Amino acid sequence: MNPLVDVRGAVKRYPGVTALGGVSINLFAGEVVALIGENGAGKSTLMKILGGLVHPDEGEILIDGAPVTIESVSKANNLGIALIHQELNTLDNIDVAGNVFLGREPRRFGLIDRAKMRAEASALLEKLGLPISVDTPLDRLSLAQKQMVEIAKALSQEARVLIMDEPTSSLTLTETEQLLRIVSDLRSRGVGIAYISHRLGEVTEIADRVVALRDGKNAGELKKEEITHDNMVRLMVGRDLDRVSTVGERKSGENRLVVRDLKTRRYPHRAVSFEVKAGEIYCLAGLVGAGRSEVVQTIFGTDPSEGGEVSLDGASVALGSPQAAIDAGICLVPEDRRNVGLIVEWSVRMNMTLPGLSRFARAGLIDQKSECAAAGTESKTLGVKAASIETKVADLSGGNQQKVVVGKWMLQSPKLLIMDEPTRGVDVGAKAEIYELMRRLTESGVAILMVSSDMEEVLGVSDRVAVMHEGSITGVLTRKECSEESIMQLAVGRGQGA
Amino acid sequence: MKALMRKETGLFILLVVVCALTAAKSPNFLSVANLINESRLIGMYGIFSIGLGMVIITGGIDLSVGSMFALLGVILAMILNASDNTWPWPFGFMNGRYLAWPFAVIVTLGVGSLLGTFHGFLITRVKLQPFIVTLCGLLFYRGMARYIAQDDAKGFGAAKGFEALKEFTKGNEFGIPMPFIMLVVLGIIMWVVLHRSVYGRHLLAVGRNEEAARYSGINTKRIIASTYILSGFLAAISGILFAFDTNSIAPSMTGNFYELYGIAAAVLGGCSLRGGEGSIVGIILGTILLQILQNLVNILKIPSSLNFAVMGAVILAGVLADQLITNRRKSIKAVEP
Repeated sequence: MNPLVDVRGAVKRYPGVTALGGVSINLFAGEVVALIGENGAGKSTLMKILGGLVHPDEGEILIDGAPVTIESVSKANNLGIALIHQELNTLDNIDVAGNVFLGREPRRFGLIDRAKMRAEASALLEKLGLPISVDTPLDRLSLAQKQMVEIAKALSQEARVLIMDEPTSSLTLTETEQLLRIVSDLRSRGVGIAYISHRLGEVTEIADRVVALRDGKNAGELKKEEITHDNMVRLMVGRDLDRVSTVGERKSGENRLVVRDLKTRRYPHRAVSFEVKAGEIYCLAGLVGAGRSEVVQTIFGTDPSEGGEVSLDGASVALGSPQAAIDAGICLVPEDRRNVGLIVEWSVRMNMTLPGLSRFARAGLIDQKSECAAAGTESKTLGVKAASIETKVADLSGGNQQKVVVGKWMLQSPKLLIMDEPTRGVDVGAKAEIYELMRRLTESGVAILMVSSDMEEVLGVSDRVAVMHEGSITGVLTRKECSEESIMQLAVGRGQGA
Repeated sequence: MKALMRKETGLFILLVVVCALTAAKSPNFLSVANLINESRLIGMYGIFSIGLGMVIITGGIDLSVGSMFALLGVILAMILNASDNTWPWPFGFMNGRYLAWPFAVIVTLGVGSLLGTFHGFLITRVKLQPFIVTLCGLLFYRGMARYIAQDDAKGFGAAKGFEALKEFTKGNEFGIPMPFIMLVVLGIIMWVVLHRSVYGRHLLAVGRNEEAARYSGINTKRIIASTYILSGFLAAISGILFAFDTNSIAPSMTGNFYELYGIAAAVLGGCSLRGGEGSIVGIILGTILLQILQNLVNILKIPSSLNFAVMGAVILAGVLADQLITNRRKSIKAVEP
């Protein structure tokens, strides 16, 4: 029997990165294949290729044994492939029936045939065992129910292959159970399901086969009876990776940042506590969606806090206001550089001086000479490669943009620098320069709180690593205790003792 | 910055061409009387257009200024005029009272700023959309003006006691009308504020990328609210000038559509309705062009019914030319390695 889907040697390169370096995977009818791997292993790229959103540079795709090219989403739909994204694509202002048939509304005399649409939609909901009316607007549904509506939509297109990208990442436990029940129900109807998840517990429960990816390559497969937590972690991490050490031993000082029972909006019932010492690089590790960015955003004040206290050098910091944080000496290099870290239409100079502009001003008027001098010096110190400080930031490479973000905070002489994914989208050369800069900063006594999903970076740069899982810190590892295995165990919610 | 300079230069050339054509057709255009009259209008329109421009630079809009002219004009006329005893409920306490002109001016400027503050509050704290807030202002203030005036035209007539104010607003200095001088002074101040001050840089940052500005520690709400206050304040100054210029305020007519003149001037002058872009020089050039176009319709004896059509066509042509040049530049840049 031919597999439903057979991907052979898929390669996808992006400028500077190879997302997929020859991955093969197949999927049979009536089977759930779980796709696992660390952040950036290439899972989502692979699934997007099947969904028609990304086009592979090399490799072939066979459906029922016949080679195909999937150049668009509608082609994927015609082939019977439906992709359910991590972020749902439902329209909140339209009812369930309208969402299920969005873009394919049954027509009668050029008008929407509502009666037919409602009847077909309610038949589908019944099949899924979803006790909601087809007239309910989507904004009254829970996340899980919206996910079911997406599944109903996929079924209405007679999808034979269902790709689910982290479907449970924002669901509660009961909602997850409901979803898993539907997945196994679909399997018994002969639908082939590719299931991407970080949650190894539910993978163990649902998967018939596990395919692991690592660094854009196949890292191995597990048969149903081999699927155990430890086996999966071993495949995801790989045993052959050498530990890189880019930074020598450091002496750290007193507690600089103290966080007590901080609750974020994403996880309002999980309190987080930790301390960062002066001169230390403290890393928050974990999988995407663990709530790491939310923690640092709340400390910096750009996200509202749901409770808890933050103090810097013993002085309490008002939460909810980035100005208060900056005044106290806390600066944030955000994850989303292009949208919130920089005003990309502006020059290097104007970006760098924006937070502390009044220091280059007399009586409210900008002293252009001292502004240019400060931006020029900082840009030279950091080695920003730009024609001049008047160059638009949008015209710089990712690494140089990141240096501009760092430079803008250097001019504020921070006590605590928070860096969220400091080297994402940064080329190798600039990466080394940013690590070197972090080292210099810690030597001068600055504390660095880093969020990173790059395992090599976490292991190579951090003095201590706090691992988060679903909003809580599941463990803190010293430099000696750190390994990919120990971090992954904690990241998937298993304490060392458990 | 360069793009803005280019826009200003383009606008200036367009202005010169329009003036030259008009002057060639009719020598009246360059007559002293016409130029003085034009500069008076430019002054009055320019002042509130600057305020509106600041709001537009933050990505907002202020539709309420036209109605404010009617409301503030009515209030000003009634508090200056000792013989006006027609205040309706609940303003009856004002009957038989009047204010000396310096206080009347302060009250008018104060009411304008207060209305702006109210807009700013609703927009930044209650998070209503600027278009809706100021649209409600447009309707509400017009209604209030008509109610307070009880739909009667309010004027200054032969009333006494504020000759100095009248003289000041209608007078000339060195042969130049006072509103134009005020525009120049306010224009210079606002130029420094927008292009040289910390506040101005923050304003441009908020308009260009509000989130990035917030992540840089800028109090974006305060900046946005301040532009509505400024717009209300400058509208009040223009309102006083308009009131004395016509010497009579018809509450249902005065200021109709004026907010659109301000918006058109700002957009012609290079302000983007998406925010983050704009200059004082551009806004003033835009105002001048709009007024010259109206003047041209009169002077060239084009049927005055075509007044708006001419204005609309020229604005469209200007924006179109700008877009075509931008697209061309982009495609040239894309070809270069």
